[in-house]
Amino acid sequence: MPDGVTADVVAPTELLGADAGSESVIVAARATTAPGEAPRRTLGPLFWISLGWMSLLVLLAVLAPVLPIKSPTYQDYTAVNIGPSVHHLLGTDDLGRDLLSRIIWGSRVSLTIGFASVALGLLVGGSLGLLAGLRGGFGDTVLNAGSFVLLAFPPLLAILVIEAFWGRSLWKLTVMFAFIAAPQLFRVVRATTLSFADREFVTAARTMGARTGRILRREILPNVLPAAVSFALLGVAIAIIVEGSLAFLGLSIQLPVASLGNIVNAGVQNDNLQLNPYIALWPALYIFLLLTSLNLMADRLRGRYDVREIKL
Amino acid sequence: MGRYIAKRLIQLVAITFILSIGVFMLVHLLPGDPTLAILGPNDTPTARHELLAQLGLNKSLPQQYWTWLTNVFSGNLGKSFLTGQTVANAVAVALPIDLELILFSQVMAIVVAVPLALLAARRPNRVLDRLATTTSFGMLSIPTFVVAVLLVLVFAVQFHAFPATGYVRFSTDPVQNVRSVILPSVALAFGSIAIYYRLLRADLIATMQEDYITMARSKGLSATYVLTRHALRPSSFTLLAGAGISIGSLFTGAFVVEVLFQLPGIGYQLVNAIFARDYLMVQGMALVAAVFYLVINFGVDFLLTVLDPRVRRA
Repeated sequence: MPDGVTADVVAPTELLGADAGSESVIVAARATTAPGEAPRRTLGPLFWISLGWMSLLVLLAVLAPVLPIKSPTYQDYTAVNIGPSVHHLLGTDDLGRDLLSRIIWGSRVSLTIGFASVALGLLVGGSLGLLAGLRGGFGDTVLNAGSFVLLAFPPLLAILVIEAFWGRSLWKLTVMFAFIAAPQLFRVVRATTLSFADREFVTAARTMGARTGRILRREILPNVLPAAVSFALLGVAIAIIVEGSLAFLGLSIQLPVASLGNIVNAGVQNDNLQLNPYIALWPALYIFLLLTSLNLMADRLRGRYDVREIKL
Repeated sequence: MGRYIAKRLIQLVAITFILSIGVFMLVHLLPGDPTLAILGPNDTPTARHELLAQLGLNKSLPQQYWTWLTNVFSGNLGKSFLTGQTVANAVAVALPIDLELILFSQVMAIVVAVPLALLAARRPNRVLDRLATTTSFGMLSIPTFVVAVLLVLVFAVQFHAFPATGYVRFSTDPVQNVRSVILPSVALAFGSIAIYYRLLRADLIATMQEDYITMARSKGLSATYVLTRHALRPSSFTLLAGAGISIGSLFTGAFVVEVLFQLPGIGYQLVNAIFARDYLMVQGMALVAAVFYLVINFGVDFLLTVLDPRVRRA
């Protein structure tokens, strides 16, 4: 078994961990340290660099309306397909739109969907996971079965099909992504909670007369949170990949709103790859750096706080 | 073991049942009168009559579901009112392309990932291991659509080594067929390589710490021999489980690749149907794709149960 396995039921596909439900990326990203390797004592400089970089990207996205950048939809026909220059730091696309501005505005869609949906999923799935893990019983059985059913569907397919019938907008997409993220997060939080529910300090708190609410808040939550956050960061990365793929297919947010995926797509249309590969390359680079820092942060958090490694 | 498989089989049936209800209900997510949306510009009295009969829209919801389900079971997945093509026919034409893509990409991924993992696990934490592990971490951060675009840029636009778009059927021209699926398969294999490498490496390193490996080594067997003959087999189950999950998500990853390279597989057809608002086609394709995914996951579970003694005994 690779590390970080908090599975409580051993089904074959779960040899990979409680999280083996639908996204193999999660599993692989978690298979970093082999068992026997020493747990990390610090988060390491890469974590802080990634965090700084993420903060910068989020800040740019939030401040986009007040930044001194051109409008993402303004078409300057005197400057079509020009390379990086002083006036256009990353150049312009085939319609003379500033690429830097398009990427910053486009990242707003990806980051909003990525973070908002996972936060929503964590709120719903995580709370249910805590309760189910601590209380057990019939409710736990039902929720557990429910999460299995929801995890049985490939995420991109589910979103693609549901939005075809339901329509698409930023909030609908966020809700759909949250719906996909919730069962995953439920399983992780539940499994981690289970591993703490019978520990001595929880029993001690209970014998001292602490109520369930207090036990959850003061005893369980602080222990579960690092694992949940580490996992949630991977969830954000996956949501950003799926949103990007949808946008690339032209099925995320409606044009002409820029989104990272649809900028890459625009870079592929009409011989643009031949004439001006920058249109596709810049957003591709942005996505790569964004996902790398998310994955790194998740990996370092897990390495530092992994329940199993600490217990050893 | 028998009990476990029976339990999984019941799970599979139950999940498929719930899935079918979900897919059936999709039509009712349409705003307003679903018949108007489905028929689109082909709203003739005869077509309308046919659609009403097919969906049973004037009956109660459970009865509608029953009508739909019996149709599905008799192989009648419905018919597009836009193109006149039956869904079953469209699936039959498209599915082989997906299977070919998946087969090609998985063979590529395993051919690259397994030797690399063996080399890395031979000397953990040395230069080669560090390099490959870091690279694979980076590879996880590149979505399929980005890989595919980069491949087109380098191999189709710059070097003209492979066609950028289009699909040639194997029966038409085997050589051109292979040429037309190579770039898409590499794009799909890219993520799988990273996943398989990481899973197998971690498992191999863990296995190499087992007592029977120390025993084999102290008998004087070489590290390479022990690695390939003693450690690879027990470590490969994680890989198989990973492959099962990955094939499912590949199926969806294939959508992007098919659209970019214009390969008329399920993903390409589905996306086109979505753009054309061909709702019944979308519904039918979604059902087929989701069931395919469920069955593959079940198949992998089944294989693992048969192959891995640890699960067999559990």
